Amino acid sequence: MAAFRPFSSLLVGGNTRQLLAKRGAAHFNFQPSDAPKEYGDVRQKMNLCQAVNNAMDIAMDTDPSAVLFGEDVAFGGVFRCSIGLKDKYGADRVFNTPLCEQGIAGFGIGLAVAGSTAIAEIQFGDYIFPAYDQLVNEAAKYRYRSGGLFECGKLTVRATWGAVGHGALYHSQCPEANFTHTPGVKVVIPRGPTQAKGLLLSCIRDDNPTIFFEPKILYRLAAEEVPVGDFMIPLSKAETVRKGKDVTIVSWGTQVHVCLEAAQLAQEKLGVSAEVIDLQTIQPWDEDHVVESVKRTGRLIVSHEAPKTSGFGAEIAATIQDRCFLHLESPVNRSCGWDTPFPHVYEPFYLPTVWRVFDSIKKTVKY
Amino acid sequence: MLSRLSRRSPFNTSIFRSFATARERDEFRLQEYSQKYLGYRKAVFTEKLEIIDSSKAEAVPIYRVTDGLGNFIDSSQDPKFGKEMSVKIYETMTQLNIMDRILYDSQRQGRISFYMTNFGEEGNHVGSAAALKNSDLVYGQYREVGVLMWRGFPLEQFMHQCYGNSMDIGKGKQMPVHYGSKEHNFVTISSPLTTQLPQAVGSAYAFKRQPNNDRVVCVYFGDGAASEGDAHAAFNFAATLDCPIIFFCRNNGYAISTPTSEQYAGDGIAGKGPGYGLHTIRVDGNDLFAVYNATQEARRVALTNKPVLIEAMTYRLGHHSTSDDSTAYRLDFKKVQTWGDKDHPIERFKTYLVEKNWWDDEKEKAWQKEVRKRVLKAFGDAEKTKLAHFHELFEGVYDQVPELLKRQRDELDNHLKEYGEHYPLDRCLRK
Ligand SMILES: Cc1ncc(C[n+]2csc(CCOP(=O)(O)OP(=O)(O)O)c2C)c(N)n1
Ligand SMILES: [Mg+2]
Repeated sequence: MAAFRPFSSLLVGGNTRQLLAKRGAAHFNFQPSDAPKEYGDVRQKMNLCQAVNNAMDIAMDTDPSAVLFGEDVAFGGVFRCSIGLKDKYGADRVFNTPLCEQGIAGFGIGLAVAGSTAIAEIQFGDYIFPAYDQLVNEAAKYRYRSGGLFECGKLTVRATWGAVGHGALYHSQCPEANFTHTPGVKVVIPRGPTQAKGLLLSCIRDDNPTIFFEPKILYRLAAEEVPVGDFMIPLSKAETVRKGKDVTIVSWGTQVHVCLEAAQLAQEKLGVSAEVIDLQTIQPWDEDHVVESVKRTGRLIVSHEAPKTSGFGAEIAATIQDRCFLHLESPVNRSCGWDTPFPHVYEPFYLPTVWRVFDSIKKTVKY
Repeated sequence: MLSRLSRRSPFNTSIFRSFATARERDEFRLQEYSQKYLGYRKAVFTEKLEIIDSSKAEAVPIYRVTDGLGNFIDSSQDPKFGKEMSVKIYETMTQLNIMDRILYDSQRQGRISFYMTNFGEEGNHVGSAAALKNSDLVYGQYREVGVLMWRGFPLEQFMHQCYGNSMDIGKGKQMPVHYGSKEHNFVTISSPLTTQLPQAVGSAYAFKRQPNNDRVVCVYFGDGAASEGDAHAAFNFAATLDCPIIFFCRNNGYAISTPTSEQYAGDGIAGKGPGYGLHTIRVDGNDLFAVYNATQEARRVALTNKPVLIEAMTYRLGHHSTSDDSTAYRLDFKKVQTWGDKDHPIERFKTYLVEKNWWDDEKEKAWQKEVRKRVLKAFGDAEKTKLAHFHELFEGVYDQVPELLKRQRDELDNHLKEYGEHYPLDRCLRK
């Protein structure tokens, strides 16, 4: 009656890779970046998952108070970001918690209040909401409400983020705007392995609680030469990833690559020169960088996967019309997810695709 | 005398002293503690300084009916299923097992995007479902497909849901295995864990308020899910608001990679029950008869508005899901095999059928063949069925599509007129 036992077909070749875009190609092409010289000459090819692992490795090595915890973190995490770290730093520094996000966040705050560096993992950004109270009402307000007597700046919450091709409602969301409306926490999202490493190290060492969202579709898909040493990319600094003069496109995370592709298409098909800015830190964001660009181009498109209404794009649009009103040649355009939950089979129709961003460029320039 | 006392200022201690002996005072306070603080449990004072060491307490026993080979231990516990019921139970468990194999493999081949198997837990699904009434409302976690199958959810619908096609009654919104059916009183699965628990309590309260209520709610959850704050809220609400609910925990030893030893430090999930004021039983989850008896009795108790917690001890034989490779953390692969060999719920139940002469190898072969055929047919049909028109993506956000979304829908339509070639329009039905 071995018929009912699953081993024969089950326990072969299982692989977390399966979670990532397997069916059909991803909706973008990853564009690797070349890290500036000052981040170090010695480089090694890493994907985003390895870059996160490498950053945490350095953080734990350089700070004996640092601990790393969350659901399934001990064996390496369901996305394998913490692989090998328990063996290297011990089970008291890298450990599983019970399955409880509010517990993870509250516990992390307490560690930080007592002077430890806390790196908390929330398995999916979609499951950060049980921790919302702890993050919004506690972490974000600790310093302010105690007159600076107590604070939890040593807390970093890492959570996976964004579309993967078939994640549907609860394995796809981009909840950054839920947190940018909360003064007191920083929100950071990398576009590739180099940024993941440099920004995560900055978050871990920053004296404010930070939420670091990791675009999970990039974990394996995005690989590039990453400096192997200890380097930090400053928070609240945007990066121009493509120079242009006709229109500015602002984005973050996976969507930067969609925008880069659309910008290239616009160059080829329309002869339009689009500048692409990776915001990197969503809050507090680098207004001056975007303002400088828009004053040159006179046009702005903001693009994010999250729903358009009350997305962070709205904030950028409002600020830019305020600071650049007389420079604008066309209304600020937002190319975003629709105002619906994230649908399973209709994902290709939901996302702000290369073609939707391309069309936004066309319309903005021809306005 | 108590009433006279209570009329006086509590700070007027001299008067208090004159009216009460030490014993009277003790009695007064014990009565207060008992009635107001401790739910009428008998309260006592002790002069022995002792911090309770929970690890010294005995574990809640595991109720069972048959031994590991499937033989009855105490014949008074035999629920005496007839032939028809027994065969239906067996057929449901095996059909689930076969469907799981086929859908699991289909995911491996990239034909559906995701899947979760129920391997090794078939007994607690079908045993509990058979003891409930089909009118009882079920809230599931995701690994309770046997419950829905017992209630007659058609094979075709499982496959349509996994494909999210135009025949899926969930309308392609959710990942595979997020089934739901109004007709079968099975609330649609939601991925965020444990959210269903307090919701189930609310539904149970609504039932209670209906005249001549004869329905309970049964809510399923895992050993991992039990750690969420929502579990605490649900247990406490159910007990304080006296709700007709069964909390059915499938303790299968793991939450993805996290073993139960890192999930809780107490006496499992059942150990929590009495602390909340829940009627509680721990049951051998691979013994279908035990699960059936426990659920039937729990249902009887729940109908008197006393919530019951059942902890079914079982083992997750498969990977967590198709995104998981459990060999990365269940390093002792032999142990997994041992569980399958030594305690498989389907095999245990089969012993009974065979002994009764209600089942034999020939029937087994024919049944396996038939189910495989039906599953493959349903699977093939679902695979061929197109997705609904992409406008479906804007439906169901609100009861009506608001103007804002209508504008966005028009924007998408206009976009597709120009750029349609870049979208999988051919996978969708036309309007
Ligand atoms: C709020 C929330 N956090 C995390 C997850 C990710 N997740 C899905 S299933 C699972 C483990 C659940 O384990 P258990 O409750 O024991 O059920 P089992 O899979 O063993 O049946 C986790 C962590 C989730 N779905 N929801
Ligand atoms: Mg479990």
